[in-house]
This record gives sequence, structure tokens and C-alpha cells, in this order.
Amino acid sequence: MTIDQVYFYLDNNPGELVEVLRLFAREGIDMRAYSVAENNEYGVFRMIVRDPGAALEALRRGGIDAAKNRVLGIVVPDEPGGTVRAFEALSQAGINVRYSYAFAMARLGKAFIILRVNDNAKAAEILAAAGVQLVGNSDIF
Amino acid sequence: MPTERYFQPEIETASRDCLHAVQSGRLVKMVQNCYGNVPFYRQKFDELGLAPGDIRSIDDLQKLPFTNKQDLRDTYPYGLFAVPKERLARIQATSGTTGRQTIVGYTPGDVQRWSEGSARALAAAGCTKDDYVHISYGYGLFTGGLGLHYGAELLGATVIPMSSGNTKRQVQILQDLGSNFLCCTPSYATLIGETLAEMGVDPKGLPLRGGVFGAEPWTDAMRSEIERLLDIKAYDIYGTAEVAGPGVSYECGAREGLHICEDYFYPEIVDPDTLLPLPDGEYGELVFTCIGKEALPLLRYRTRDITALVREQCSCGRTLVRMRKPKGRSDDMLIIRGVNVFPSQVEHVIVEQGFTPNYLIEVERKGNMDTMTVLVERMITDLPGEVESAAKRLQGAMLSTLGISVEVKLVGSKHLPRSEGKAVRVVDKRVL
Repeated sequence: MTIDQVYFYLDNNPGELVEVLRLFAREGIDMRAYSVAENNEYGVFRMIVRDPGAALEALRRGGIDAAKNRVLGIVVPDEPGGTVRAFEALSQAGINVRYSYAFAMARLGKAFIILRVNDNAKAAEILAAAGVQLVGNSDIF
Repeated sequence: MPTERYFQPEIETASRDCLHAVQSGRLVKMVQNCYGNVPFYRQKFDELGLAPGDIRSIDDLQKLPFTNKQDLRDTYPYGLFAVPKERLARIQATSGTTGRQTIVGYTPGDVQRWSEGSARALAAAGCTKDDYVHISYGYGLFTGGLGLHYGAELLGATVIPMSSGNTKRQVQILQDLGSNFLCCTPSYATLIGETLAEMGVDPKGLPLRGGVFGAEPWTDAMRSEIERLLDIKAYDIYGTAEVAGPGVSYECGAREGLHICEDYFYPEIVDPDTLLPLPDGEYGELVFTCIGKEALPLLRYRTRDITALVREQCSCGRTLVRMRKPKGRSDDMLIIRGVNVFPSQVEHVIVEQGFTPNYLIEVERKGNMDTMTVLVERMITDLPGEVESAAKRLQGAMLSTLGISVEVKLVGSKHLPRSEGKAVRVVDKRVL
């Protein structure tokens, strides 16, 4: 099970992000999670949205080069030590996490984590074997 | 592999002896026309002590004087025309790529022969009378639009005369009317392909089968990109307005060089500095003598395009001599810190390294030092570290291919101009 992630670049100037967020508002793009990473002249915006296809189209119509890929989504208990089991399992299998971002759903007592690895299938297998719950796009909306 | 199609097999596959006879006959007639009707040429002949009767066959070609772009400018607009106005059927102009436009003219026979070249090109690309030919070259004084238009009509195909611009509408028409062949500049073909993707149109679902692209130099790497974006086979077509227009030479199914319509446009390759002929296979300046033209019969016209001739028999069965894809124009060539650089070489490296062939070369002089910056559209990946390392790789590949160090800047696509006609690839800010 994987999650579709949409990503694009933004120039590192004041106002660039606002313009994109206005576009999202206009086009009704519903985000569940996002992360912005800075990289000198530009930033990488990565996000999990309800309808990745529509988001891609909206971004391209807005003149922004966007693409999507598949990442892993896991749900862990929202408590100290809740996250470590998943990462331990991956590390023991020699799987490198390229980046990760997360948010907690306090009311449900759970945390939702996005993981970018090189081999989704292998990582998913290891996580499942370690008893970590994997989720798809529809599970979080 | 479908069987090779010819529009005029009797000439396209004629014996070399037959071609020699045709060429010789036309050259003799053309020289009389030049001497009798163009004072510019009469004066040149007289200066050289050359009489029209001295030219008895195509083998005497090298006795003739050269013509260059400046001669057309000096005699602007009609000075080199050999026929009176009442015999003219059409005026066109050069695209003005390298400065002020010059004017060219055609008799009805010239239009017919030019159209034959363009029809041969379409047929060689697999186009038939049953196809819809979508023409997105600009119409007007530029020869691209009308050149392919007349060629497609002569072939018996159905023309969709779109002209360039309004790219979304182009895609709409490709879909709605079921165009089978696309004709435009290669850079515009790329833009149409990208627009297809943006609009969510799957090229595999379109009846589009092939494309005939020209009017600017392009690389095999760009061909692959166009073929991927549009899901077609892409063919090169060459021409310059001074000689006729698109259809002077064209690719066949083998796509190993462009067959020259040498029954109308006789080619030579010369050293651009000494003007001495170069042996087959060597790169030099392409020169044409318009043995099939009445209105503007240019003798040994220097195109400034850099290419080589190939005389070996082609697997397609045509006997017409081939020219390699032009590397560029001698006046496109940049001299950076004493090293010759063609934009087409830069493009080749860019695509080879996995970037899209949308780029801009900026040349500046800082102090006494030329600097060349290549702006390339950055790839979209969720791992920006990969972009940085790809940029470093690209910089390394530029150094090893071009022999000079180049600054590579990866930018968003909106920072690079998109072209509907001939792409602007070089901005030279040096004040020399």
C-alpha cells in the first residue's frame, strides 16, 4: 500500500508560496499534510492531497511544474516511543529513509508519518512484518 | 518497417548518369538566364572573363561566381530577380533569423518545383493522399507554412492550415479533426507535445502518425523527445527561402541524412574561409545553385549552414545525394574564449544528460573573459539533491564535449521562453 504524493518547486522569494496557496484555495485542493524543504534558490513543496490528479492539473494550469510519486504512509501510536519501532525495523533491514514528515491526530491518539524510501515494496513488507500499520490516500481523508 | 514511399520515383531513384544529364541541361539554361536577365551576374561574369557558353555541363560549376546573403541585401528587394513582374506568381521572404529580411520570388513553375520537393519530403515521411496534414508553421512571408501547404496539396493530402500560435487550440484540432501528420518547427512540436500532456491528452489515443519538422537545426536527442511527447515518428526537412523553402532536402525512412532535391537544387560543400570545395564526408559550408529556378536563379548561394554530403547509396533506394543534419549556421557559431561552440552541441549534451531540450545560452564578457551560462529547465524530482548532482554532471559533460567550462543554471520552466516558431537559443550580451 502506498500514498500518492504531489511535489513541485518554488522559487525562494517572498510571495511565491502565497500565490500557490491562493491557487489551492481557488481550485479547492484539500491538503492533509505538506512539507517545504529549502534548497538555496528554490524550495521543494511536497504534499498529500485528496485528489492528486486534480492537484497536478491545477498546478500545471497555474504554470507550475509539478509531478507525483508514491511514498509510504504509516500510522503509529501518538505517544513517546511510538515512532521508533517502524524506524528500527527499516534500519535493521538496511533501508535508508530519504526524508519523512509527520503530523499527529491527537484526538485519535495516533500519528501519521510519510516516509520516502527507494524501494517501497520491500519497506512495506518489513513494516508490515514489524506490525506497523500502513495506510493509503483514502484512509486519511 | 513500411515500404518506402516516393512521390516522384523516376527522379528520386534515377541513375547518376540521368541526374547528371538533367543537372547539366538545367545549369546551362540557368546560366543563360542569369547572364541575360540579371545585370548583377552579367557584371560578375564579365569581370571573371566568363561567357555563358563556357558552362557546358554541371562539371563546369566551379567556374561560376558565388552569391551570398549580402548580395541579396545590397540588391533589395528585387535586384537579383531574372523575370519581369508579370511572370511572378509569389513573393516570400527569408525568416530574418540573421538580420534584415530579404525578398525572394517565384514563377508558377518555381512554385510547382518547390512544392514537388515538399511533397517528396511528406511522402518520404510516410504521408499519403489519405492523410490529414496539420500545418503549424507560420503562414505568410515565411516559407514554412505555404511550402508545406502546397507540398501536401500536391501529394493529394488534406491540409489543415493552422499556422502557429494558440497552442491549446492546436491540440484541440489535433484531437477533433484527427490530424495524421504535423508540420512545424521542432521547438514548436515540443511545445505542442508538452501542452498535450498539460491538457491530459494521451498522444497514443490520437491518429497522429508522423511529423515533418524543420526551419531550425535540431538534434537526434530532440527527435527522441518529440517522438516521446507526441508518440509519432519525426522527420527532418530542410530548406532556405533563398534557395526555395522547405523541401530542398528531406529525410527518408532510413533517417540517415537528408536527400537533396539535386535535380532542382545542386549542392556543394566548401571551406567557408578559402571557398574551395571539400571532399564528400567533410563538414563545411553548404552552397546551392538553383538550377530549377526561373525567378531567382542564384548561382552558388552560400547558405552558411554547416554540414557534409554523403554519396553512398541509401537503403531507401533513393539515389539523390544526402546531407547530414546541419550542425548549425556558420553565423550561429559562438566563439567563446577562442573555442567554436554550436548551440546544437549544447543541446545534444543537455538531452543526453536527461534534461528537456528547452534551454537558453547566455554569453557575456566580464572583464576580458567570455562567460557562457546555459539555463536549463530543472528536472522535477522530489529529491532536490539529485537535481544538484545532475547539474554538476551536466557541467562536466559540457566541459568534456565543448572543451570549455560553462556555468549551468537550473531554472523553472517559466524562466525559459517557449517558442511558436524559430526558438531563440542564444543571447549574446558581449559588446564586441
